[in-house]
Amino acid sequence: MTLLDIFKRRGSAPVARERLQVLLAYERNNRNQPDLVAMLHGEIMAVISRHVQIDHDDVHVAMDRGETMSTLEIDIQFPTAGARAAAAF
Amino acid sequence: MGKVVVVTSGKGGVGKTTSTAALGSALAQAGKRVALVDFDVGLRNLDLVMGAERRVVFDLVNVIQGMAKLSQALIRDKRLPNLYLLPASQTRDKDALTEDGVSRVIGALKEKFDYVFCDSPAGIERGAQLAMRFADDAVVVTNPEVSSVRDSDRIIGLLDARTLKAEHGERVNKHVLVTRFDPARAARGEMLSIDDVLEILSTPLLGIVPESQGVLRASNLGSPVTISEPSNPAARAYSEAARRLEGEDLPVALPVDRRGLFDRLLGRRAA
Repeated sequence: MTLLDIFKRRGSAPVARERLQVLLAYERNNRNQPDLVAMLHGEIMAVISRHVQIDHDDVHVAMDRGETMSTLEIDIQFPTAGARAAAAF
Repeated sequence: MGKVVVVTSGKGGVGKTTSTAALGSALAQAGKRVALVDFDVGLRNLDLVMGAERRVVFDLVNVIQGMAKLSQALIRDKRLPNLYLLPASQTRDKDALTEDGVSRVIGALKEKFDYVFCDSPAGIERGAQLAMRFADDAVVVTNPEVSSVRDSDRIIGLLDARTLKAEHGERVNKHVLVTRFDPARAARGEMLSIDDVLEILSTPLLGIVPESQGVLRASNLGSPVTISEPSNPAARAYSEAARRLEGEDLPVALPVDRRGLFDRLLGRRAA
């Protein structure tokens, strides 16, 4: 820090304002879409349960939005035939 | 028919309960009939800030579940005869509030009072959404700080989508109330300015409440700051905000740093 910086000291408020403006522009865009993860979860559940009995907790959907790349992770725990038969009787 | 005003923020600790007490009392001091309803089920606090914690017998949930009449649950303020409080329940059952029940209670209160203030719980969950559900006006309490402004933006989005008015194609009158504002720090650029907050939230300003030790003193004593210290800068800000809520066109003055040089050197905070 030079002596000049002490006199020219700018507060942190402009940084706060800029960060908020960028963030809120992004959040407002996404807000009005229905919750994509919940929607995917529900539809995947519906498709699978048409054929196999499955638990809500057996389907796991997660989304990670990055600056350059977004990932969608879907993990489905499929019950074994033995467990299914046992559960059925 | 009275006006239903929700006091909300998203973020906790920004001053919803304090503001509900201060705005409600200011309107009661001006002669309006005012009911304050605590929606923070499980964590009641408005009774404590109002100094009525030892007089609670029945609460909002009791009324909704039909265990008590509304008139039995309403606590009349000891200082202002036209100010009433409906306390929150301390039940841990989050589903104790039903939309139907809240609708009935708010409807009945609207007939008896000029103003029904709904003190929202923090967050954006069911409790907060029920508190705003039947609102005509909304006071969005915001601190000049990034997380509070972000959460206020979320809440403003909910007010435009999840309220009864919004669903009927009408609008809730939204106002931003900036609390804990420190004029000296804002002037030095260390704190978001009022213009920053308003530009980001693009919502009209109801008032600026300066950071003040009088607010803490008032809650220590269980008395709204507008009653216990009416000449305190924070109390004056609340009284003016209440007049704006009444529709009065009153310019908002930016609070000034009232400390003298001596206090500043000693690092004392504003009164």
